[in-house]
Amino acid sequence: MTISLTAPAISTRAVRKSFGEHIVLDGVDLTVAEGTILALLGPNGAGKTTMVRILSTLIPADGGDIRVGGHDVVTDPDAVRALIGVTGQFSAVDNLLTGEENLRLMADLRHLGRQAGRRRIAELLERFGLTGAARKPLSTYSGGMRRRLDLAMTLVGDPSVIFLDEPTTGLDPRSRRTMWQIIRELVTDGVTIFLTTQYLDEADQLADYVAVLDHGRIVAEGTPVELKGRIPGGHIQLQFAEPAALRAALSMIPNATPDDDQLILQVPGDGSVASLRRVLDKLDDARITVEHLSIHTPDLDDVFFAVTGHATTEPTTRQEEEALQP
Amino acid sequence: MTSLAYTFADSATMLRRNLKHQLRYPSLTLMLAGFPIVFLLLFVYVFGGQLGSGLGGRGAYLTYVVPGILIITVASAALGTAISVATDMTGGIIDRFRTMAISRGAVLTGHVIGSLLQTLAVLVLVAGVSLAIGFRPHASALEWLAAAGMLTLFAFALIWLSAALGLAAKSVETASNTPMFLTLLPFLSSAFVVTATMPAGLRQFAEYQPFTPVTQTVRGLLIGGPIGAHAIAAIAWSIGIAVVSYLWAVRLYNRRRAAGPN
Repeated sequence: MTISLTAPAISTRAVRKSFGEHIVLDGVDLTVAEGTILALLGPNGAGKTTMVRILSTLIPADGGDIRVGGHDVVTDPDAVRALIGVTGQFSAVDNLLTGEENLRLMADLRHLGRQAGRRRIAELLERFGLTGAARKPLSTYSGGMRRRLDLAMTLVGDPSVIFLDEPTTGLDPRSRRTMWQIIRELVTDGVTIFLTTQYLDEADQLADYVAVLDHGRIVAEGTPVELKGRIPGGHIQLQFAEPAALRAALSMIPNATPDDDQLILQVPGDGSVASLRRVLDKLDDARITVEHLSIHTPDLDDVFFAVTGHATTEPTTRQEEEALQP
Repeated sequence: MTSLAYTFADSATMLRRNLKHQLRYPSLTLMLAGFPIVFLLLFVYVFGGQLGSGLGGRGAYLTYVVPGILIITVASAALGTAISVATDMTGGIIDRFRTMAISRGAVLTGHVIGSLLQTLAVLVLVAGVSLAIGFRPHASALEWLAAAGMLTLFAFALIWLSAALGLAAKSVETASNTPMFLTLLPFLSSAFVVTATMPAGLRQFAEYQPFTPVTQTVRGLLIGGPIGAHAIAAIAWSIGIAVVSYLWAVRLYNRRRAAGPN
């Protein structure tokens, strides 16, 4: 990252938090430059939501230095609250009001005034595709609409730092894409975004910088490209029609892993066209026929395996045993 | 704007929100009004003949019982506060409010004032039904006003208590149960029968618990009779309950929830 002269939008040092005996955050250091998106990536239970709750002044940390917009969250929470907007993974909307009334409530609490409030509400309804449903009760809203309204409510006060806690969890693929588009547009307006996600592709799509959280510690960080470069999970998968072809191919590509039962050969690679061409050329030269080919790109499991040595979900003993069977 | 002006504006916003809830979903308000009206009719037409035999008949019992019914109206209307506060606290919106620079206390003030207005509306409705079935108090306008003031002050106290119980509850179900004792207490007071008819231990409890002086004060104002010490006790109880409940509620509200790891 380049060194910026302005203060970072978010900076934390040695953040610790436990719930009883359970240590959730164990010394988290993070810096988010103004106008960028940081994705905090991690499986369920890694401590992502706890981090958001601490940064957004909802719960106190047990220790550490936490600043948002230069303000200390402990000594000056109201200054932080005036800057931030939070959209959590559980919708923070008033179910007994209409969409428009929810936005009106936010405008009033931000003291926007009647005229300015009305303008802002109309603009947000339009931008989030909710104009048609503005006067309908929230019971008629779909999951995607609720999430959009939730984010619209967060934006009423023009926050300069936005926390999005798993903003697309539980959404269908289309709503997810819409959400991504909205998030991208926010950053072009100069807003800083702190995003948590369990999806690598989401971090890849949106983030300038990714930090991987596991068991309360940052285990890897970097740009998405840097991070993926460090992950050996990518490979080409070749499927053959007969065992002889598999054996022949394996003799050509010794670093590949064969699966004799399914007649599959896994060839590690970075997923580039050049490496793919090399593999195919070799097979072509030896006149080996490949039935089916697929390219496997690294996913969160691969990231986790690479940086933590364990998978995102703890495998059961039985599965491990089976995996070890010859 | 000054911070006082912000406090006022935010509380007004929260009040509007709560009134909107009440208007959009009137079933809770109707339930809160229905309960004392059913009690009124039950006590006057089913039990009234018997209970009024020592007072001069059903009509005399109606006169006796209406102040008690107004008190139980206040108690039952306060139940709604615990439910609406708990519903809010268990939903996601409260976390949003907590991450905004909203004046401290505005959320609770909105609930309490909203409930108070709801209680007053229900009281008007119940008083209307009482008048319709023959309640004829001899009170002057000033006495009516004083009775309304007493009921409002007592309602304010019970609503803060109910708000604190709603905050203390872990779920909406619990919140709808814990303040139930408020609707039981009027039965153990002078609201429905004269305390002199009760056995010694119960009579003592009835005479010293807050519902009796409040009932006696309202009764004295509306249909005549001695008030004196009752009014002082009633006002002292109301202020005491309000202050203690307010402090408890604010403390519960400010206690940051350290809910689970995620």
